[in-house]
Amino acid sequence: MSRRSAAPSPICLWWIGADAPPEGALDDVRGHVERVYGLGTRLWHGPERPLHAFDPVRGQLSSTRILEWLLDVGPHDARKVVGVTDMDLFIPVLTFVFGEAQLGGRAAVVSTARLMPEGGATLNGRLLVARLAKEAVHELGHSFGLVHCDEVHCVMSRSASLIDVDTKNGGLCHDCWTRYLELREGTEVHP
Amino acid sequence: MNKERTKILVVDDEEIVRESLSGWLREDGYRVDVANDGPSALEKVKTDRWSILLVDLKMPGMDGLQVLEEVRRLQPESAVVIMTAYATVNTAVTAIKLGATDYLVKPFDPEEMSLMIQKIVAQQALIRETTLLRKVIKREYKFRDLVSKSPAMQAIFKLARAAAHSQSTVLVLGESGTGKEVLARAIHQESDRGDKPFVAVSCAALPDSLLESELFGHEKGAFTGAVARRKGTFEAADGGTLFLDEIGDISPKLQLDLLRVLEDRRFARVGGTEVVTVDVRIIAATNRDLEKEVREGRFREDLYYRLNVIPIRLVPLRERREDIPLLVEALIERLAVEQDRKIDGVSAEAMAELVSHDWNGNIRELRNVLERAIVVTTSTTLQAADLGLARPGAELDKVGPLSLEEVERRHIANMLKHTDGNVSQTARLLGIDRVTLYNKMRKYDIKRPNHEETHATGDR
Repeated sequence: MSRRSAAPSPICLWWIGADAPPEGALDDVRGHVERVYGLGTRLWHGPERPLHAFDPVRGQLSSTRILEWLLDVGPHDARKVVGVTDMDLFIPVLTFVFGEAQLGGRAAVVSTARLMPEGGATLNGRLLVARLAKEAVHELGHSFGLVHCDEVHCVMSRSASLIDVDTKNGGLCHDCWTRYLELREGTEVHP
Repeated sequence: MNKERTKILVVDDEEIVRESLSGWLREDGYRVDVANDGPSALEKVKTDRWSILLVDLKMPGMDGLQVLEEVRRLQPESAVVIMTAYATVNTAVTAIKLGATDYLVKPFDPEEMSLMIQKIVAQQALIRETTLLRKVIKREYKFRDLVSKSPAMQAIFKLARAAAHSQSTVLVLGESGTGKEVLARAIHQESDRGDKPFVAVSCAALPDSLLESELFGHEKGAFTGAVARRKGTFEAADGGTLFLDEIGDISPKLQLDLLRVLEDRRFARVGGTEVVTVDVRIIAATNRDLEKEVREGRFREDLYYRLNVIPIRLVPLRERREDIPLLVEALIERLAVEQDRKIDGVSAEAMAELVSHDWNGNIRELRNVLERAIVVTTSTTLQAADLGLARPGAELDKVGPLSLEEVERRHIANMLKHTDGNVSQTARLLGIDRVTLYNKMRKYDIKRPNHEETHATGDR
């Protein structure tokens, strides 16, 4: 007999940046995530910030430490929690990352630091928001267990540069969508 | 690209590096494992095959370069990428010299890292595809130990396969070195006699009386020195195949004896009266024009027709030059194992020389040239200079006209130098026996290099 959750388990987006985000930008991202995954998504507000994740030598935040922190401090009722920051992120072997997620886990983090259009832009600039939405969907995909896709237009294709980010569209390709539905079924996350 | 087929081993003493790098690669769909030092990495290399190893340069105990050297030995097809936090040109050069595929300085730029892995995976996929294609080509173009893609030889393979499944006598014609015995063996192996003996006799190598005894055996006391009864090759090949090489060289008397045996497979040993019956399939071969020999009365017509049931004429190598690259590859594969050398192939220049050479000695000459090249080369790829193929006039240009004897003297001395004074190997490369080589060395006063009496003999 299969068990189903009593209520939808929302995805939480949490602004954990140094500066305050314009409210509208996160709303746009939230709407995009909800449309792609077909799951209830809400914004979470909390005053805590992952200060311990800052590496003074590199001047960046350790994305891996943030993931641990999100699980500890973030909303416990959420099936997925996505931290969004304006600070630059790194993992030890790479100069930077756009974001990181636990593969098949609960936490993900994305940064706007490397998504700024050339010449600068305000946080609610359309290109920046579109990029942020793609990266949030991408990292959430990993948290559902999706790996990188070879289809360059799929949101799950690897983003190693801004060109990669701009090449992909915001949604899952057919194969990734099918795989996502299988994985979602397996992890009992339902709309 | 089948990422699940790509297995990556991350070797680093820092846990944070192992975990973050392996996690990043797993997101790409690769199969990833980690090792925290050199010895445990090598254990994993001994028990599993890895597409790519990302190895930290500085690790306690065994460093990255030592791991690299061992991996090159254990799994030469794996790509090893050396990672380091301390970039120096020297270590990068050393790593590449030792066979590292690439070199990365920590922290890596994600795009650089991503492109590098994609490039390696694509190269390995290409190598796999090429290897598979080569196997297919070899299967397509092979008949046992023979390999050819020329239409004429393909037709010969077809005929030989059909002949193998009959009991008929086969007559193999062709120049020296075209592989007449190899074809005979292939027919034997392909036939239902394949698990029975294959006995080869060179009819030109023995004087008439000895050849008779060799073929039919003899009774005790049949002639001086016949101290015991001895079975001949017809009896030794009973149930199998008897290969009579250089059949055009046998005497009229033996031609008649052979004709009788071919008619009813019955004969008596030399000096005996007992009739011996055998079940032998005959494959004969010659480089002579047997029809001409018949016309000129040197070869019995009835024997010729008895032998010429299924004639197969092998094509000289110069008439099927398209086979040379295929043969070179097949021969190098075999010779490198025999010589215990690692040879990847030949350079483009060397291949051009091989393809354009006339090969009057056919495949045997090609084999000897490649064997010599494998002995003398200092590289894993055979170079044109290693082949020692004389370009017309090249020697004259350098030293002026030489007598034939002087050319022979110099060539023997050079070959002895290349084989480090090994007489057997030199004789084989020169295509002569050891006694002949010793006689020539005495004649020209050539001493073996690296032996007691050594003094410069090769370059006077």
